[in-house]
Amino acid sequence: MAEASPFAARGAGRLVAHFWMILGVIVVAFPVYYVFIASTHTTQTILRPPLPLLPGPEAVRNYQDAFSGGISKIGGVSLWRLLANTTIVAMGIALGKIAISMASAYAIVFFRFPLRMACFWLIFITLMLPVEVRIQPTYKVMVDLGLIDTYPGLILPLIASATATLLFRQFFMTIPDELLEAARVDGAGPWRFFKDILWPLSLTNVAAIFVIQFIYGWTQYLWPLLVTNSNEMNTIVIALKKMISFADADTPWNLVMVTSVLAILPPILVVVLMQRWFVKGLVETEK
Amino acid sequence: MRRTVFPHKLLPWLLLAPQLAITLIFFYWPAAQAFRQSMLREDAFGLKTTFVGLANFRKVLADPAYLNALQVTVLFSALVAFFAMGIALFLAVQAEKVIRGKGFYRTLMIWPYAVAPAVAGMLWLFMFNPSFGTLAWPLRQMGVNWNPLLNSTHAMILVVAAAVWKQISYNFLFFVAGLQAIPRSLIEAAAIDGASRRHAFWTIVFPLLTPTTFFLLVVNTVYALFDTFGIIHAVTGGGPGKATETLVYKVYNDGFVNLIMGDSAAQSVILMVIVILLTAFQFRYIERRVHYG
Amino acid sequence: MKTTVLLIAGLGALPLAAQAKTDISWWHAMSGANAEVVAKIAADFNASQSDYEVKPVFKGTYPETLNAGIAAFRAGQAPDIIQVFDVGTGVMMGAQGAIKPVAEVLKEGGYSFDKSQYLAGIVGYYSTPAGEMLSFPYNSSSPVLYYNKDIFQKAGLNPDQPPKTWAETWAAARKIKESGAATCGYTSTWLTWIHTENFAAWNNVSWATNENGLAGTPELKIDSPLFVKHFQELADLAKEGVFVYGGRTSEAKQNFTSGECGILTESSGGLGDIVKSGINYGIGQLPYDETAASAPQNTTPGGASLWVMAGKSDEVYKGVAAFFNYLSQTPVQQYLHEQSGYLPVTIAAYEATKASGFYEKNPAREVPILQMSGKAPTENSKGVRAPNLPQLRDIQNEEYEKMLSGQQDAATALKNAATRGNAAIKDAVGG
Repeated sequence: MAEASPFAARGAGRLVAHFWMILGVIVVAFPVYYVFIASTHTTQTILRPPLPLLPGPEAVRNYQDAFSGGISKIGGVSLWRLLANTTIVAMGIALGKIAISMASAYAIVFFRFPLRMACFWLIFITLMLPVEVRIQPTYKVMVDLGLIDTYPGLILPLIASATATLLFRQFFMTIPDELLEAARVDGAGPWRFFKDILWPLSLTNVAAIFVIQFIYGWTQYLWPLLVTNSNEMNTIVIALKKMISFADADTPWNLVMVTSVLAILPPILVVVLMQRWFVKGLVETEK
Repeated sequence: MRRTVFPHKLLPWLLLAPQLAITLIFFYWPAAQAFRQSMLREDAFGLKTTFVGLANFRKVLADPAYLNALQVTVLFSALVAFFAMGIALFLAVQAEKVIRGKGFYRTLMIWPYAVAPAVAGMLWLFMFNPSFGTLAWPLRQMGVNWNPLLNSTHAMILVVAAAVWKQISYNFLFFVAGLQAIPRSLIEAAAIDGASRRHAFWTIVFPLLTPTTFFLLVVNTVYALFDTFGIIHAVTGGGPGKATETLVYKVYNDGFVNLIMGDSAAQSVILMVIVILLTAFQFRYIERRVHYG
Repeated sequence: MKTTVLLIAGLGALPLAAQAKTDISWWHAMSGANAEVVAKIAADFNASQSDYEVKPVFKGTYPETLNAGIAAFRAGQAPDIIQVFDVGTGVMMGAQGAIKPVAEVLKEGGYSFDKSQYLAGIVGYYSTPAGEMLSFPYNSSSPVLYYNKDIFQKAGLNPDQPPKTWAETWAAARKIKESGAATCGYTSTWLTWIHTENFAAWNNVSWATNENGLAGTPELKIDSPLFVKHFQELADLAKEGVFVYGGRTSEAKQNFTSGECGILTESSGGLGDIVKSGINYGIGQLPYDETAASAPQNTTPGGASLWVMAGKSDEVYKGVAAFFNYLSQTPVQQYLHEQSGYLPVTIAAYEATKASGFYEKNPAREVPILQMSGKAPTENSKGVRAPNLPQLRDIQNEEYEKMLSGQQDAATALKNAATRGNAAIKDAVGG
């Protein structure tokens, strides 16, 4: 960040802000820290709470165990396969959603055509209805389309919601008319306007949506569980659930915690990497 | 209303096509099925089906448990939306005030968002279960009789906290982006005018944030209404009694666990109507007053 | 980029259905160590013959598995075998066109099904009143009593003598709390399954009319005097802080493994976690009420069984029959029993385990079997069945929680649970 934010405070104000941020971060990030801590203890320690707040001595052993087959023994498929599947699903959902929702928001905001608002509403009210409520009919559709145990089957139903469309619409509406007028005077068509003007301006939003949708896709559980009948297609969250048994069976809690850390790490990486994009997108907007 | 638009007639339909297709197949078709099912009485496997008209709706609406769930939902959603957005906005402003460590704070702040609900449920159990939770233990030591398993108020506090915790990151991300999109000239001008920081925030910054706030209001309401049942499921299971049973949790429990298909479908249809009304209301009355900077 | 290419190439190599073998899909809800047991049993069966290939698929929790099965059935894609939890038994039995009775599958497959070779208490739960086995019991357990020997010692109780009756349990729990040996005397998982359904069977009192629903539509009797007495005692103990409520399902186990509570009643299947926690524990039979005339009677199983779905090819049914036959062989049952802690289904497997000396080293494994098969079951103790058992348990939990938080006494709680439950049953049957 080259330049300080215009909101930057001075002296004591800045200290107070730091105080609040530290407090906020502790509260918000603590559970993640907690998983990490738990992944460095033995099952016995985890089972006899309260859990210590500092890392334990079992870190190396737990992680070695997990990587050398501890997870695949229960999951029925290798850790790498799980991570690959989850990445494909998360990427598919994030990119798919960005593509279709940007296209539809672009159509709604920058064109006039009959039934425009009807289309908007048709899409917009799909903000609701979680998968649990529509399981049976959706499942039937997947069977009829032959999408059980396929990546499209895992991805398509989850890009059906309208959140991203709404966001892009909100953002596109803030684009001043003058910008479009100027572009049209220059003879720019819809594609050039989009490529040269709208896309660069949208980078922050695209980055934010990417992060959100990637994580949404990464953390899905119920839908992947339903549409996959083969272990080969499992995602890491399913494998994780398969390891946890609160009821009757022994649960390898140390491995569960390691798997949880591995399940959390990639989305965090995405967040960290996307931060740069945010900044870049913002700098370009400032010009 | 935008004055300048592109004149194409076919292109917008092509652009809309993918989203419309997916929406029709994966939303409207299942929704129509839910509507059909709400008029039926049937067993789980769909072997015996009788048409009962609106009987399921009458039954659901006359059920005191349903009215209770409605009350719980209103209270729960209001609390979640208010705290999740309030805390996130406050922290986003603090994050903009600091100069060093901004990226560091922001990164940590987004972490919970990466936690799968399946993991979150397990975590909350390990942290806040009244007897063995790592964080419940100090509460008890301080003499707080923390017992969300039997005390309705404690249970509500716990699910609201869990739901807010999951959502703060999301809101924070958007508020930070919103704040950074505000032209620095405006803020500097306010500073030159000698307006107090607080005054400048509420008169200049906050109104400029309204598109973000509006978007988040919609998203947070929908989140509180629909996406929180996983948390409720893991943390309280709707209890004690029915103290934390929201409408969606009830749909899930009646349909998914108890397999009462007709009732559950009728409830989903009512939910859809509620959300359509809610979004229509939000659009008509709130968006009108939204400034688009 | 290179890795992406490799990944995609890898995906093309999805194993296609084995050429000549008939695939048999088995959807299950087994997690943790039990998921490994499922995988091993399937692999061993597949290796033992060359005609069939059993493919186990994890489908989430019990309700998730059942819902996946229902959605799949409605879409015409039902699995061949599906594991359904005990409370779903009523639903499956009601689904005449969707399932095929296991006894029939075995007979058609050329295997004889001799009821007398199976443990009556377990198989009876999954059979018609006429004795036809409808589903194959895969994992069964029964509630037992666990106690912390160190806490008993500290409280001045005999660590080698678990309490036998509820009165003794309450006395021990009070002593634990009063002596300061632990902050909580007693806790229990599953108030519905343990303190209601099994309480009825073990004390030989009626849970509901029509043989607890096995012979027809039940009407709940859980507001009868013995239940009221028992639950009032629980409510009083909760008020004194001697009994700590841990939640509706298995959560309370953690109150025990953390050393907070001295005594726990919980499924025999919960043993694994208790052993792993390293607590110095002892085990005893589920306590009974000494004022009940013929207590202790027998306890009933919980867990899940394997259902065969209707409408499959003869080839598949033959394979399923072969698999179930394999599953009931003594070494397989013995492995299942010793490895997962679930109860064996056949008498031969129990005898073999006993002869191997396993119980001398692991007495805890035998307690639930003795408890379940000590006496011939009466009409109060064969098990409970209702078309909407999960809903009935929800209702009970709600009323119990109100009682434990002091909002109502036991008589009111049980009266409400019975009235609301009966209305729900009527509703479910009417549909």
